[in-house]
Amino acid sequence: MIDKRIATVGEAVADVFDGATVMVGGFGEAGSPIELLHALIDQGATDLTVINNNTGSGEVGLAALIKAGRVSTMICSYPRTANSTVFPELYRSGRIVLDLVPQGTLAERIRAGGAGIPAFYTPTSVGTPLGVGKETRVFEGREYVLERGLTADFALIKAKRADRYGNLVYNKTARNFSAVMATAGRRTIVQAEVVDEPGRIDPESVVTPGIFVNTVVEVPNPLLESALVAQGASYP
Amino acid sequence: MTDMARAVGWSRDEMARRAAVDIPDGSYVNLGIGIPELVTSHVPEGREFIYHTENGLLGMGPSPVDGTGDPELINAGKKRVTALPGAAYFHHADSFAMIRGGHLDVCVLGALQVSNRGDLANWSTGAPDAIPAVGGAMDLVAGVDTILVITQHTTKTGEPKLVESCTFPLTAVGVVSRIFTDLAVVDVTENGFELVELAPGIDFAHVAKRTGAPLAPINPDMSGG
Repeated sequence: MIDKRIATVGEAVADVFDGATVMVGGFGEAGSPIELLHALIDQGATDLTVINNNTGSGEVGLAALIKAGRVSTMICSYPRTANSTVFPELYRSGRIVLDLVPQGTLAERIRAGGAGIPAFYTPTSVGTPLGVGKETRVFEGREYVLERGLTADFALIKAKRADRYGNLVYNKTARNFSAVMATAGRRTIVQAEVVDEPGRIDPESVVTPGIFVNTVVEVPNPLLESALVAQGASYP
Repeated sequence: MTDMARAVGWSRDEMARRAAVDIPDGSYVNLGIGIPELVTSHVPEGREFIYHTENGLLGMGPSPVDGTGDPELINAGKKRVTALPGAAYFHHADSFAMIRGGHLDVCVLGALQVSNRGDLANWSTGAPDAIPAVGGAMDLVAGVDTILVITQHTTKTGEPKLVESCTFPLTAVGVVSRIFTDLAVVDVTENGFELVELAPGIDFAHVAKRTGAPLAPINPDMSGG
């Protein structure tokens, strides 16, 4: 029987190793898998390369993982957001590496990685500082830069609903990077508010087919990053 | 600067209203953060625009009443928004397929500088202590057909933002078609900046003096566009 369910977030992230590359779903707080991130802090893996659009806010979730010193490199498009203080401080003191990638290029690199495409050409960043040093090629009179596909050892994803096969449905704009990251993680670990028996999600409505998912853990009432930040919460 | 203080010009809302006039009915539109967001309040009578936000929503509606809404229904500025009837959610790769694939019609953005060849600088001042952050700006300007810029004509200290050559790091080369400022509407043409329209109480010399590159007067064949 295929059963991707696991009982706790701690067991879900138990295999993350030092030096791993970890994709973290979400855009701002929408889709941020806070419970998996907190479990990863408890688990202790360090020297991580983390891929996320942002760098978290306050001192919870992704920002807490960074604050705990577990992240050596951030691959992201927008590392400063309201209430984002942890990353800027570490960056200015040279304690974290930033690999800045335009948002659409980041999404497409992840999509390509998950789809087995090692590289692709895009017009984004041509003639800008972010295009410097990249291989270029002209197609039909327009210049493009070569970008590489991205995969990761692990992808941490938050979904609204899952079933034990790993089929996923997201909540509104929380789908964002999560649906592409689910395809690009060698081990895709999902927290979902509900984990159902197969058949409860209409096949026409499945956003991430279960083949992309390795582990699902039920987290019925996930914490809200903005609420935690407003309370001044800090993890651990 | 006394003549600046006396000048009338357009307010932020009036700049947005003037930009909205140039967006055709039925357009799929992406709006940058700041003054461009005001376009939604000034859609000309009888036109319908569908708003795209790059974090995965077509059919974005206004912000919900304070304290309501869903924290996972947000715009690219990470503010809570609503989804209008007929809206669609999608993931980031699809969202940027819409952008790079040329499916969006108009993008309205703010700017630090625009050159008279249409180069745009709007993501970084290049200051050594700044945290670089680019977001979706480079993809939007590389992919969307019509790039409109709304910006003050000069910086707070009076430096021109319409320039011969951008000194700030570029977002893209040769992409801006029209600029709406507090003083004027200016086109980027093959021959450089060309005045399209003056704000009330503003004359050509006033605008030309505050523009960092040659400004051609209104072309009678092209005005009112």
